[in-house]
Amino acid sequence: MESTLVMIVKSIVIFAFILQIVPIILLAERKLLGRFQSRIGPNRVGPKGLLQPLADVFKLLSKEASAPATAVPWMMAIAPVISIVTAVATLAIIPFGPFDAWGGEFGLYGIDVPIALLYFFAFGSLGFYGLVLGGWASGSKYSFLGAMRAAAQLISYEVALGLSLLGVAMTAGSLSLVDIVEAQDGMWYVVPQFVGFCIFMVAGFAETARAPFDLPEGDAEIVGGYNTEYGGMRFGSFFMAEYIEVIVISAIAAACFLGGWHGPGPVALAPLWMFLKLMAGVFFFIWIRASLPRLRYDQLMSFGWKVLLPLATLNVLVTAFVLVAT
Amino acid sequence: MAWDPEKDVVKVDRGPEPGGVGAIYRVFGETLRGLRTTFGRVAEGTYTVEYPEEKTPVYPRFRGRHKLHRFEDTGLEKCVGCSLCAAACPSKCIRVVAAENTPEHQVSAGERYAEVYEINMARCIFCGYCEVACPFDAITMGNDYELADYSRSDLIFTKEMLLADPPEHTPLRREGE
Repeated sequence: MESTLVMIVKSIVIFAFILQIVPIILLAERKLLGRFQSRIGPNRVGPKGLLQPLADVFKLLSKEASAPATAVPWMMAIAPVISIVTAVATLAIIPFGPFDAWGGEFGLYGIDVPIALLYFFAFGSLGFYGLVLGGWASGSKYSFLGAMRAAAQLISYEVALGLSLLGVAMTAGSLSLVDIVEAQDGMWYVVPQFVGFCIFMVAGFAETARAPFDLPEGDAEIVGGYNTEYGGMRFGSFFMAEYIEVIVISAIAAACFLGGWHGPGPVALAPLWMFLKLMAGVFFFIWIRASLPRLRYDQLMSFGWKVLLPLATLNVLVTAFVLVAT
Repeated sequence: MAWDPEKDVVKVDRGPEPGGVGAIYRVFGETLRGLRTTFGRVAEGTYTVEYPEEKTPVYPRFRGRHKLHRFEDTGLEKCVGCSLCAAACPSKCIRVVAAENTPEHQVSAGERYAEVYEINMARCIFCGYCEVACPFDAITMGNDYELADYSRSDLIFTKEMLLADPPEHTPLRREGE
């Protein structure tokens, strides 16, 4: 068991890691989006544009947190907090290495909860409350539309997301992410659970509310959706929560399907492999964003209910049959 | 001749009906095609011309900032102050005040010279009529296009400015490029 001191140090490390990684991903996204569109991307601030995220954050910090007269100010203030707290909380369960990878009495993860997947779903759904609450409390029609979309999107995808990971949980015989990764020593679950992986990625895109499922934001038709009325660092918090969720979904995908920390080389390299897989997931998110247009509202709903949900259920059933038969 | 309705039928290529098993295949196929398209752009490289650092070369006949010319051998101005350019100018942006040449003060090759020659670049439409109207080829359109300034009065170019070389030369495309 780990001592309290180790727990405190680990939580600080996780916080530091995420606060460092988000600006890097922000810059990487803008640079990559540029390349995907035959552009260069930001290159004015600092050498090669490396200080661009810093400039963005300074800009956001210097902005006023205004609210419309029809808004409910205290709700508007806590909505981004809900979003970011739930996003950061999920990071605690991401495993970066086994218990004694670097020697000593600690594992390279925040906590190894026996119900890690449920924990992930719980906080993922709670994160949407931030969007819904923020959109509703803004007291503006566009924000409200965005909030409604967020709610509809959540119920369309959450079930498929859960069922897609159920196959993995059944195969590994555990809900703990550490156990799931350790069960993938021989073969990554992306092979036997390929359908589950596809469903998880699609539903994961919906979960993070990013393109092509960025309907709650929908800048083309409903201005900015739930964050229309937000400015300054409140908007920044929503923005950051979105990126942290991208990291979380990529990390869960890496841990549940891509073998987590497994890779060639000594076990001390485990965090490196996990990190590389995570970054590959993030790259995929950016790639998809550069490629696919936003879905229409009814298309999204019918896709979620008529395609993903039956497919995920079928995947679970087949997995169960195979497990019982063998 | 009898009317043949078949001839009036416009053939429309419709996409496949939405839904069904084929739709799943199409969705994945088209998604992968989209991903390949965007990744192809990464492999291709960028097309950006980083403007203030690198400038797009202009064509030789590009009509930019005007130039007034001198005779290369004598150094006298070619302009004789005839005001034909001012007359031809559709936006009335050229002002010429002519004065007589004297043997002690010989400015141009002709009898008279332009004492004042001003072009208001804020009004000029760069049509090149002045160049066409000039009987002595004293004014031609140059290649420089970076003419922005902070006040309108700074955009009135005097004779001295037009006679002098521009501080920076605009890159020129080679013939046929």
